[in-house]
Amino acid sequence: MIEDILFQLELGLPQVVLGLVNGAFYALLSLGLAVIFGMLNVINFAHGAQFMMGAFVAWMLLAWGGIGYWWALVLSPLIVGAFGIVIEKLLISRLYKLDHLYGLLLTFGLALIIEGVFRNQFGSSGLPYSPPESLGGPPVDLGFMFLPKYRLWVVVASLVVSLATWLVIEKTRLGAYLRAATENAALVQAFGVNVPRMVTLTYAAGVALAAFAGVLAAPIYSVNPQMGSSLIITVFAVVVIGGMGSILGSVLTGFGLGLVEGLAKVFYPEASSTVIFVIMAIVLLARPAGLFGRA
Amino acid sequence: MSQDRRTLLKTAAVASAVPVVGLPARARAQSTTLKIGVLNDQSGVYREISGPTSTACVRQAIVDSGIAAKGVNVEVVQADHQNKPDVGATIARQWIDRDGVDVIVDVPNSAVALAVNGIVREKNKAYFNSTGGTTELTGGQCSPNTIHWTYDTYMLAKSTGGAMVKTGGDSWFFITADYAFGHDLERNTTKFVQEAGGKVLGSVKHPLQSTDFSSYLLQAQQSRAKVIGLANAGTDTINSVKQAAEFGVTRRGTKIAVLLMFINDVHSLGLNAAQGLVCTESFYWDLNDRTRAFTKRVLPSLGGNYPAMSHAGCYASVLHYLKAVADMGAAAAKASGADAVARMKAMPTDDDCFGQGSIRADGRKLHPAFLFEVKTPAESKGPWDYYKLLQTTSAEDAWRPLSEGGCSLIRT
Amino acid sequence: MAADSITATPETSRVRGLPGLQALGFNRAQSIAFLLLLAFLAIGPFFLYPVFLMKLLCFALFACAFNLLIGYVGLLSFGHAMFFGMGGYLAAHSAKVWGFTPELAILTGGAMGALLGVISGWLAIRRQGIYFAMITLALAQMVYFLCLQMRFTGGEDGIQGVPRGRLFGVFDLSADLSMYWLVAAVFLIGFLLINRVIHSPFGQVLTAIRENEPRAISLGYRADDYKMLAFVLSATLAGVAGGTKALVFGIATLTDVYWAMSGEVVLMTLLGGLGTVFGPAVGAAVIVTMQNYLAEFGAWVTVIQGGIFVICVVAFRAGIVGEIARWLRVRL
Repeated sequence: MIEDILFQLELGLPQVVLGLVNGAFYALLSLGLAVIFGMLNVINFAHGAQFMMGAFVAWMLLAWGGIGYWWALVLSPLIVGAFGIVIEKLLISRLYKLDHLYGLLLTFGLALIIEGVFRNQFGSSGLPYSPPESLGGPPVDLGFMFLPKYRLWVVVASLVVSLATWLVIEKTRLGAYLRAATENAALVQAFGVNVPRMVTLTYAAGVALAAFAGVLAAPIYSVNPQMGSSLIITVFAVVVIGGMGSILGSVLTGFGLGLVEGLAKVFYPEASSTVIFVIMAIVLLARPAGLFGRA
Repeated sequence: MSQDRRTLLKTAAVASAVPVVGLPARARAQSTTLKIGVLNDQSGVYREISGPTSTACVRQAIVDSGIAAKGVNVEVVQADHQNKPDVGATIARQWIDRDGVDVIVDVPNSAVALAVNGIVREKNKAYFNSTGGTTELTGGQCSPNTIHWTYDTYMLAKSTGGAMVKTGGDSWFFITADYAFGHDLERNTTKFVQEAGGKVLGSVKHPLQSTDFSSYLLQAQQSRAKVIGLANAGTDTINSVKQAAEFGVTRRGTKIAVLLMFINDVHSLGLNAAQGLVCTESFYWDLNDRTRAFTKRVLPSLGGNYPAMSHAGCYASVLHYLKAVADMGAAAAKASGADAVARMKAMPTDDDCFGQGSIRADGRKLHPAFLFEVKTPAESKGPWDYYKLLQTTSAEDAWRPLSEGGCSLIRT
Repeated sequence: MAADSITATPETSRVRGLPGLQALGFNRAQSIAFLLLLAFLAIGPFFLYPVFLMKLLCFALFACAFNLLIGYVGLLSFGHAMFFGMGGYLAAHSAKVWGFTPELAILTGGAMGALLGVISGWLAIRRQGIYFAMITLALAQMVYFLCLQMRFTGGEDGIQGVPRGRLFGVFDLSADLSMYWLVAAVFLIGFLLINRVIHSPFGQVLTAIRENEPRAISLGYRADDYKMLAFVLSATLAGVAGGTKALVFGIATLTDVYWAMSGEVVLMTLLGGLGTVFGPAVGAAVIVTMQNYLAEFGAWVTVIQGGIFVICVVAFRAGIVGEIARWLRVRL
């Protein structure tokens, strides 16, 4: 009996760790979505495409400019974020007075365009991208499993960025303005804060988070134009479960669902991609605003 | 592009040559136009293994056949089925009903491949499937109008499963995509592994289009199998391989056998991640002098891509068709696709890509299957120098025996 | 605003239509448009490729069914592919394995849509706006998973070689033109049914709920029941459309249950004009034509589709028919 449990643990514990790594990606992506939704009330369907752009920009920097992983980690989010600014200024800013659904439809269209353009340019079977030298090499022995250094780095990077984002929004003056503007934009504007610019920068920040996740993903996932669209629906579910617009909720749910999925991969692998949607349906029925959202 | 121009010039030369040489009215009376439609994926996951490269190979076959000199004009049209069976079916019907297409070539994605199979049979045209893998094309849904040229899941399983055991990989663990294609591959491969004296220690089924495979790789490692068999395709395969390299799976002597992989997948993975993988193809551009000669001819029109077995199949099937056309006359070939296919079955095949071979009554093209190992970066000497040959399964052994397919064309 | 639309709609429906068509609830402009549609249906197959037209009509019916929900109840479903696709599977299975006649097979598809509609409606209808979109998307993902798993769907091969059969066991449908008349009839029945519903008192209540739900509830309407009924009706017709399409092509595959299909029907409806009677059909016609004739441009098809989405949302929210109607100052 005890041996049985130990055996299950031996089988399960590594999966928990791997689940956390996946959770790190969910957390980063849903964080970006939550930031955008909280401020703009737009469901950014293009988030997956922007995640993909992050990975592709990292590849371009390396292949065309000889710029390596660490610089790409900084530059790629900046470049894709700048693209986000253009998108917001040109298109999304026209929709704020309308139903939220139009934001969803617009960004859905954008996702199609971005994906199509990349597919024309780079084909769809994917591009190679190796992890940086310093994080390559043999996997680390954790006692119960071998884990590549790069996976450890992913968890650390995701936690740090999530925490930093949370601190900025909850603890700084800028964050206070942001939160105030979500409640009553007109009033904040009246206090002399440039709300439209703040909105633009928030969108850019959310997009940059997606691109950052993209660079993180490039060395371990296939870099191809549809890499975002296969992930984005899952991430939507994460955001809905966590509560739309809740920063803390999206991070915790991201990691939590990564774990649940990891366990599903051992005990019922066929359903591992569906389990999140089942949880989402249950949560929506029981707590419509999500686990951490305000009703 | 240069290919188009060359074809054009050649046809022009022939056209102008006719009156000069003074070939009488007979040649003009024979001048029939045949239309070949290349139907494949131009925008999705199969673009690299089919796509524009297939079209270029078909054009090459037309040039190499010298059919223009015999007064037969051959046109090529292409379209993207977007991996949607209804789009593929509409295009195929429209091509045949309105545009006078006589032959449909390529067609990856088994759902579309089977849909087109039904239409071509109904309309009595000819259909050479190269990139589809389903054995149904020569089994339950076999047709007198269809030739399945390049590979199928049975042959992949037999070559990779059987031959791997001979090279010492006698215990297996499968990572399988959870749908019929993956299940078939796993079941067939299991059979050949066991027949060759190997064991299967376990398997895990993952949902289609998963991103993270580390969990499955870990389960595979925990089973201590010598070979991890990947019974999945496309992006799933690429993700599995990339992450296997990251987890150093092969460093401890485990082999990874990819049950369906094309050289273009190796290219997109890069040798760093792909080195040591084992896979089966029925064509490799650097296999012998003839394959190299073919590649040299066709390469300028491929825009940087190299031909995989799927592309070679498009070339070889069209080349053989045009030989049959020259033999039976273009008008007769146009009148009945089934007759043209029957003629093709009656003639032995010989081309630069697959060498000498034949076509069986159920529409199965027979040629050897090659088990390759992907080279290490150090072993690779030039662009696309990716494979070294491990084993060859002969044309007689590689394919599902006629009796097992259940094809209704065989009544004995 | 709310009060306006509640009173405004019955008034417009009272506007005189052409004799005979009045009973269908059409105003004068709609009657003319409807006659044009009839003429198109009648002479279309002699100028255009019938298989292409049939596909167009199936998607047009699908889009009209979808429009019933978004245009008249204001609910954006991002999972309508599940009704369309499952309807197709059931129709194909019943025609191929159970030997149903085509009309029964199509009805089976509709019944499947209705059943799924009841289940998913029960879950989804309690939520609104983005949450409604998300939960329908999630449910559709689960249905997709089931389709991949279940034996009878044939996995990625789909159900192939479905016979078109004989209508009522008598008329052979294997010729494209005979099949076309059946498809045209199915489309017309579905189209008129939706139109009847929109112009009925039931439809007026739906519009009232869309404009101001609390107010409709305060007037004593059980909003959830109304929404549920509209949802199931929309799902049923989507199932009918899917079933018809499966018979036309003789195949039912995973493409039709995939979430991209849910996005496509939103695009068709949006492009044609949300909440217009003729818009969804026009939108479907444009998109299907584009997919068909741009097939040689490969990946650019997706780019163009995305571009249309963006243009529609930013500059052109009334859609093609909506803009024409505004220009002519009529309701279409």
